[in-house]
Amino acid sequence: MKFSDFVAVDAIRSDVEADTKQGVIREMAEALVEAGKIAPGELEGIVKAIMKREDLGSTGIGRGVAVPHTKHPSVDRLVGTVAVSRKGIDFESLDGEPVHLFFLLVSPPDRPGDHLRALENISRQLRDDGFCRRLKASATPADIEHLLEEADSHGIVT
Amino acid sequence: MTTCLDAMSQPTISREVVVGIQQGLHARPADLLAREARKWQSRIELVAKTQRVDGKSILDVLTLAAEAGTRLVVEATGPDAQEAIEAIGGLFDRNFNEQSNDKETDS
Repeated sequence: MKFSDFVAVDAIRSDVEADTKQGVIREMAEALVEAGKIAPGELEGIVKAIMKREDLGSTGIGRGVAVPHTKHPSVDRLVGTVAVSRKGIDFESLDGEPVHLFFLLVSPPDRPGDHLRALENISRQLRDDGFCRRLKASATPADIEHLLEEADSHGIVT
Repeated sequence: MTTCLDAMSQPTISREVVVGIQQGLHARPADLLAREARKWQSRIELVAKTQRVDGKSILDVLTLAAEAGTRLVVEATGPDAQEAIEAIGGLFDRNFNEQSNDKETDS
């Protein structure tokens, strides 16, 4: 699976304002609403479900990266977005480091395979230090979009 | 790479496991697995059909995208290989303590 298969480019944010875990999750979910990927009436339920998942264990997987996610019946295909925080956010990460790079995923409950393949793609790219560095240094959403396109075309995506 | 007995006489012990979790080896079980693997001195690797990854790295484990029913081999090499294999095999045997019913946020 490629980034272009699930990342809503209109919802990409290169400089989130939020400085809390819940704040950044809400900001990213709102971006998905603005991009028309999730219904406005579902926003609160989705934010709540993502926070509930975080309670089971932080999705801050280390290296300054978090992958907040949930399943939700209101989406009929996997949707996601990418955000960068300049200052870094305390996400109770596994390694205790502040998180700068966020990949938020909302998937239909009956498509666990798609969710796994999105996680696979994200993890594969994140193992590349160059990718992390460039993502963190992206000044605009368009920069992020280009970087994702590049990863899709040159990366070892299966 | 696949020396069964190197100069330090550190054995490689392996065990086949099956991903029993309905949702596959997603973020939470991958985290549990990497966490458990890091408790041991031994090198821990997961071997799938087309790749071999470091069991102590959640990013590596996630790149397996192992769906329900996938067979993997867990390999441990080092002084505590036996204990490590038992502990990690146990996680798979217990389905990483996940309920089989599909809760909304249990992903």
